[in-house]
Amino acid sequence: MAWEVVIGLECHVQLKTRSKMFCGCPNTFGALPNTNVCPVCLGLPGALPRTNRVAIAHALLLGSVLGCRVREESVFARKHYFYPDMPKNYQISQYDRPLCEGGELSIDRDGVRTGIALTRIHCEEDAGKSFHPERHGDRRLSRVDFNRAGVPLLELVTEPVLRSPAECAAFLTALRRLVRWLGISGGDMEKGQLRCDANVSLRPAGSTPLGTKTELKNLNTIKGVERGVAAEIARQAGILDAGGRVTQATLLFDADRDRLALMRTKEQAHDYRYMPDPDLPVLRVSEAMRAEARRATPELPWAREARFRDALQLPAYDAAVLTESRELSDYLEACAPEGQHKLASNWLMTEVLRWIRERGASIEEWSARVSAERFREFLARVATRELPGPIAKQVFAWLPEEDGDVAALLERHGVRVASGEATLRPLVRAVMAEHAAVVAQVLAGEERPFGFLVGQVMKKSGGQAVPQEVQRLLREELAERART
Amino acid sequence: MSPVEPWQRSARSLAAEVRAGRLTAQASAESGFEAPAARWERDVHAILSTDRSARARAVAEAPMQAVLSGVPVLLKDNLCTVDHPTTCGSRILGEWRSPYDATVVARLRQAGAVVVGKGNMDEFAMGSSTEFSAFGPTRNPYDLARVPGGSSGGPAAAVAYGLVPLALGSDTGGSVRQPAAFCGVLGLKPTYGRLSRYGLVAFGSSLDQVGIFARHVGDVADAYRVLAHRDPFDASMREGQAPDVSTWDAGVRDLRFGWPANLWREGVDEAIVAALERAAGWLEHAGAKRVPFEFLPGTFAVATYYLLATAEASSNLARFDGVRYGLRARSDELTTLYTHTRGEGFGPEVRRRILLGTYALSAGYHDEYYLKAQRARTRIVREYAAAFARCDVMLLPATPTLAFKLGEKTENPLAMYLSDVFTIGANLAGIPGLSVPMGLAAGGLPAAVQLLGPADSELRLLQAARALEAEGRSDRVPRGYEREFAWPGK
Repeated sequence: MAWEVVIGLECHVQLKTRSKMFCGCPNTFGALPNTNVCPVCLGLPGALPRTNRVAIAHALLLGSVLGCRVREESVFARKHYFYPDMPKNYQISQYDRPLCEGGELSIDRDGVRTGIALTRIHCEEDAGKSFHPERHGDRRLSRVDFNRAGVPLLELVTEPVLRSPAECAAFLTALRRLVRWLGISGGDMEKGQLRCDANVSLRPAGSTPLGTKTELKNLNTIKGVERGVAAEIARQAGILDAGGRVTQATLLFDADRDRLALMRTKEQAHDYRYMPDPDLPVLRVSEAMRAEARRATPELPWAREARFRDALQLPAYDAAVLTESRELSDYLEACAPEGQHKLASNWLMTEVLRWIRERGASIEEWSARVSAERFREFLARVATRELPGPIAKQVFAWLPEEDGDVAALLERHGVRVASGEATLRPLVRAVMAEHAAVVAQVLAGEERPFGFLVGQVMKKSGGQAVPQEVQRLLREELAERART
Repeated sequence: MSPVEPWQRSARSLAAEVRAGRLTAQASAESGFEAPAARWERDVHAILSTDRSARARAVAEAPMQAVLSGVPVLLKDNLCTVDHPTTCGSRILGEWRSPYDATVVARLRQAGAVVVGKGNMDEFAMGSSTEFSAFGPTRNPYDLARVPGGSSGGPAAAVAYGLVPLALGSDTGGSVRQPAAFCGVLGLKPTYGRLSRYGLVAFGSSLDQVGIFARHVGDVADAYRVLAHRDPFDASMREGQAPDVSTWDAGVRDLRFGWPANLWREGVDEAIVAALERAAGWLEHAGAKRVPFEFLPGTFAVATYYLLATAEASSNLARFDGVRYGLRARSDELTTLYTHTRGEGFGPEVRRRILLGTYALSAGYHDEYYLKAQRARTRIVREYAAAFARCDVMLLPATPTLAFKLGEKTENPLAMYLSDVFTIGANLAGIPGLSVPMGLAAGGLPAAVQLLGPADSELRLLQAARALEAEGRSDRVPRGYEREFAWPGK
């Protein structure tokens, strides 16, 4: 039988804020274990949470961009379960009155941009991190680092509308791009800044009721989501094809072995005993907060990508790559001379991105060294051929290392540039006059001596001429001679 | 004539002497540890921890020109302190030492008060007799066979026998007002959200409020002025400024006090009825007007309270698991680490309430119990508001009985819960309440009344209590006690 795949995702986005969700501890990655902690995020007796307004503003920005309905009054709730990395043995989250509901995030489906409907977005706190178990003699020890406990998280839940592992990957990629674009999260899955669980079920193609779902946890990379979901689809299809029934369960994906392991069945499911958190007042979203979210909404990556393609005439591939990062696309717009976006794109896509990649740097580091204005001046000279190829590359290498505009760099390094017809055409004519016999051979159809003539012109220019330009002028002059 | 010994004096007069340089802060802070503690502490057991060197350090750090300079204060042991352990009357916290002071404790210290130790309490403030302390009960200084009330029994008894003129407790369902009534001292539960809860180990977060014990109305007013300030660390605090209580001694002319024409006569001791009638007479004598009203929330408030308080408690106490601090049972497996730690660490009453609260929040029961209780609470809030349209304060019993005997109710939790009927309304409605001693009943036990007012009516409550204090001076101190108990005096 043909099965239709139905997938819903539950994504967790760590927010980029200075402090944690409910206390003043720094929200930074990579500090020594248990150094970014205080009575609040350690859940010490008597400590109370207080809400981080910046995290709420981030959530409202995302909600506004995705077209969610924002509740005027939402409620923080306690979600109870015992685990050592959960300091209070409950997580402050939201339950029946989340901050945002509805909205959609678009992905590409069969070449058409299709909105993936969202159920909700809410704010919550992250748990600490457990390290299991280490052997100490005959004892086994688990350790917990609470630096992550209390880091602000957004939980974003989709409706069960995704149809394939590839669509899950596309959704996550789009979400990652968006949260980075908005500057609300690093979106780095390796660092756990973006995490994802998937609910997967199969039903006979064409039928409406949903099949029994399983929940997949631990999908820590976009590849992992794709492979985990694919493995689960195959597993469920196998069961159903054999006439069996899928049991509702939570499964863990083991990326190293590409295998799913049973975590718990429905019978072992937690009863989270949600209740409104009496320590936190109702979260009221004022008109001013909404207005701020609208004001802070930038041109979105897909809109900018389309504009780069349609208005700036960039190839689709370039437009996609450049709008992967807001800073990169901002830089492109700022550095491109009038009508030279393609030229600017070429240099960014090849040389600048290579420079960044080789150093493990970022566009921010590049633009700190080479301001868009300086790069623009450089590109303008390339566009008018004042800087021939090899020299342009040389100047490019100096740009991030030294100060000064192009003229200053050339001056400093004693480079003179011979280019332009006015300089080169007399040299071409002189060489043709000096080597009339060779010219005759070329005119008779021999190609090889042409290179000799080019070489002679290059020599006369002191090596400063651009070979392509010399060749072009030489061909012009030879054609002229042939006619006469 | 005011009493001669420092321990018999009010906090105000001690602080005034210290500020004037006529008494050292050291002598003031240590005063109760001599005669009164020597006479009473071994039998009463009000103190859970005290430490002479910590007291000396606290004296050295106390500012000498402040409202409470040199005033010794005992804290209920669920208020976090850096210089004494914080046990909540439980074994589960083990040797835990708080790395921070509760906000109210920090405020006391800034105002010159000296924290002299921690007072006994029912484990995690769950109880009405201080018999559920893991470290043994506190006894009532008026009758050692009887309980001091609870859960803040230690601080109440300490103020009563003269260890300190001022103490802090916490009141979730009457845990300040009821022991104050049993021990013959004043006990104020402020409006919810007026005193910071940061550093008060939570029992029922939406009901908990730090409360004040003293023997003098002026001392309650001074402590309230020091403590009632907004705290950025407590998001559940009330908006705006706390009421100004500086005119606590301005009288009760034209105050309308509600007189409960109905319910309290049933099941309320005669001695308490007598105290209420006396209080009403004194208030009228001082110029206030009696307005009859029907006292409404009866047993259904008790049901509402015990669903919400236990639900919140089951959540708040989840953190005591042996993983990060406190007691840890030996175990090589996670689930048994939890169950053994909590099984050994919590006493029977705490276990009972965690189970009740867990049940009330469980899938399938949540709507029927927790949600219904939430709705009932909303109704109780409205009913109190409606009643206060007709009167400024209500005059009510604090407790249906005088102090009961140790062991009398420990085997019958329901009877213990039902004795909270007059106090829990204020916690559900978030309004302030004040227990006022009305002298000793025939058997020598303190009798008290309770004043309730709408939110932010602390000034009215203090003015009414002051009127009772002033009217009752000659009547309410029985001979034979006045030298041992400093109240009333100036």
